[in-house]
Amino acid sequence: MNVLIYLIPMALGLGLIGLFGFLWALRSGQYSDVEGAALRVLSDDDIEPPSREPR
Amino acid sequence: MSEALDLSLFARPSGDGTLGIDLAVEGIACGACIARIEGAVKRLPGVTEARLNFTNRRLHVDWTDGAIAPAQILQTLEDAGYHGYPFAPLRAEQEEATEARRLTRCLAVAGFAAMNIMLLSVSVWSGNATDITPETRDFFHWASALIALPAAAYAGRPFFASAWRALRSGALNMDVPISLGVTLALGMSVVETAHHAKDAYYDSAIMLLFFLLVGRALDHAMRRKTRAVAGNLAALKAETAHRFMDDELVSVPVAALHAGDRLLVRPGERVPADGSVLNGVSELDESLITGETARRKIEAGAVIYAGSMNYSGALTMRVTAADRSTLLDEIERLLEKAASAKSATMRLADRAARFYAPMVHATAALTLVGWWLAGASVHDAVVTAIAVLIITCPCALALAIPAVQVVATGALFRAGVILNAGDAIERLGEADTVIFDKTGTLTLPEPRVINAAAIDSGLLQKASCLALSSRHPLAVALAREATTRTPFDGATEEPGQGVRAMIDSAEARLGSAEFCGVAQSVAHEPGASHIYFAHGGQSATIAISQKLRPDAVEVVKALGRLGLDLHILSGDREDAVEPIACALGIVNWQGGLKPADKIAFIEALKAHGRRVLMVGDGLNDAPALATAHVSLSPIAAADVTQAQADAVFLGERLAPVLDAILIARRARALMKQNLWLAVVYNAIAVPVAIAGAVTPLIAALAMSGSSIMVTLNALRGRRA
Repeated sequence: MNVLIYLIPMALGLGLIGLFGFLWALRSGQYSDVEGAALRVLSDDDIEPPSREPR
Repeated sequence: MSEALDLSLFARPSGDGTLGIDLAVEGIACGACIARIEGAVKRLPGVTEARLNFTNRRLHVDWTDGAIAPAQILQTLEDAGYHGYPFAPLRAEQEEATEARRLTRCLAVAGFAAMNIMLLSVSVWSGNATDITPETRDFFHWASALIALPAAAYAGRPFFASAWRALRSGALNMDVPISLGVTLALGMSVVETAHHAKDAYYDSAIMLLFFLLVGRALDHAMRRKTRAVAGNLAALKAETAHRFMDDELVSVPVAALHAGDRLLVRPGERVPADGSVLNGVSELDESLITGETARRKIEAGAVIYAGSMNYSGALTMRVTAADRSTLLDEIERLLEKAASAKSATMRLADRAARFYAPMVHATAALTLVGWWLAGASVHDAVVTAIAVLIITCPCALALAIPAVQVVATGALFRAGVILNAGDAIERLGEADTVIFDKTGTLTLPEPRVINAAAIDSGLLQKASCLALSSRHPLAVALAREATTRTPFDGATEEPGQGVRAMIDSAEARLGSAEFCGVAQSVAHEPGASHIYFAHGGQSATIAISQKLRPDAVEVVKALGRLGLDLHILSGDREDAVEPIACALGIVNWQGGLKPADKIAFIEALKAHGRRVLMVGDGLNDAPALATAHVSLSPIAAADVTQAQADAVFLGERLAPVLDAILIARRARALMKQNLWLAVVYNAIAVPVAIAGAVTPLIAALAMSGSSIMVTLNALRGRRA
């Protein structure tokens, strides 16, 4: 069972990465407007319409 | 708008030469509005950032200082079809946002820890049943301790802090047994781990924190949502005043007014601040202040109050602060008295905690002594006693009330009732007597046409369209009848007389009887004002008066059926109150009351053990609202009054009052049910714990089982 010695710290490390990811998202205000975020993803104004190549 | 709008009060420097402003935006319907609003504002020169928060309908704009005036942003929004209102975030709201972030961080940490510890615990449990080696088990326990101790120290802070505050003031709340349980469970687990024991309770302690934090975070989120809506409504309601700056008129937000400012109040506008009249003659409708619907004649030197409606003439006034009027002084004195006399009603949760905490601790102590006397080793006796503390740790009990509160606050919000006070739901559910104010509460805040049925509908439409061209309050009331919003071309207003326009090549006139060449009305609707209309050969007399809220009769009837004792207490004359009371079928009514009389009446009811719900809107109702057991006020109420009310209801209908009582009664019943569920859970679990038969697995199952049960029960409150 020696494999546990490094498997468990690894599992914990991965969990911690997730935790800090969430805390970072919280701090950068990504949870301040959850309804808006759901709608913004549908908007495609930021995509330039593909310019037609002249034939 | 011809005069400049000065919004500098709301603009705040946001670093590197830019200014920022927050606006509450009205008229947002769908997701496409986000791009439309942000796009329009970003096209303004100098705007560096425009971000709309769709959840709370607020727009934040940053721009380079000096590039544009903030009023241009409002104009841009207006052109795009939206209304923007400058918005100064309230301190309470900011504090709640900080608190919410703190709770979410604690929740994330507790969630992370609970998941990882459970992973290790399940391995230990299954290993204990099969062939785990003691070394592996110790390793798992130490790993759990490594996660649990820092996580509990971080995520448990809200509970520890609150428990400490309660203990220091010599009280007990739910957080005391929670903190004690968590601390002892962790402490014992560490000692047990050091002695290579089979069981440890890390998972119970952290799961307990996690469940409780979920309840608190949800409670907080719901409160923040209603607070944000209330903040927006306050911004929408905030009016502007016309201030003289070196004889030039500038529109300023009311919040920017100072004592000594000279203001112009045009007919049809509300007086923006308390003050005295410098010159001008007019009539004021002070129903929002005193409940009195008869208008008061005003001339130079008179003292006028914020919220009064200016009827006939333009007034120049000076804002006063030091020179307080007798009415405001009296109301302030009464409010102070009411606040000091208000006995703090014990919240259900605190009452339960006061009863529960000593019992739990006594049971644990008895278990310890009992096992020790029965011959068990000190170690075993302590372990059993702590197991009792863990299993009774009021997980379900602490969730029982917040869970219902979240659900009920949401239901109230959908019914158009916004809570100001956290414990208002419980108190609303207890009310057995309802006292209504008349003006603005049972009746609509603005006067309406009352004889529409008696007038030819075509003629009424013409009159109401013509009324769109006037700002006179009677015309404004008449204009509400108009089906279109387009005024007639070339309509001209003669100040103090009326408006006229050419309709179908015949002159139409709306205004006083003289102006229209019509005979004065003799038919007297009580308390009504008359406005006359003449067009071609036809003419009409339109009566305008306070009108009952559209569903007032049904709501009052339904309240009566609920067994509530109904009263009307009004500051208006008796002959104005009587027809309203008759129409509603309320037998107990009084008119001509002063604020102190209303308080005396409520105090007398209280002395008979009644729980009074006061519903009122006027400044004169504010002390009565503060005195009553629980209070509601319509959104159109005076600011001082709204601040006193436990909850505010929206819209023209009275139905939210009925809904609020129904939802609150249901919520109260659910809270009690949940408390009983928690008691039943304890009655089963505690004997098992005392017998020493609780393993960490049983503790985990019992705790999550009871928490889920009370939460599911609380969800039944969603239906009003």
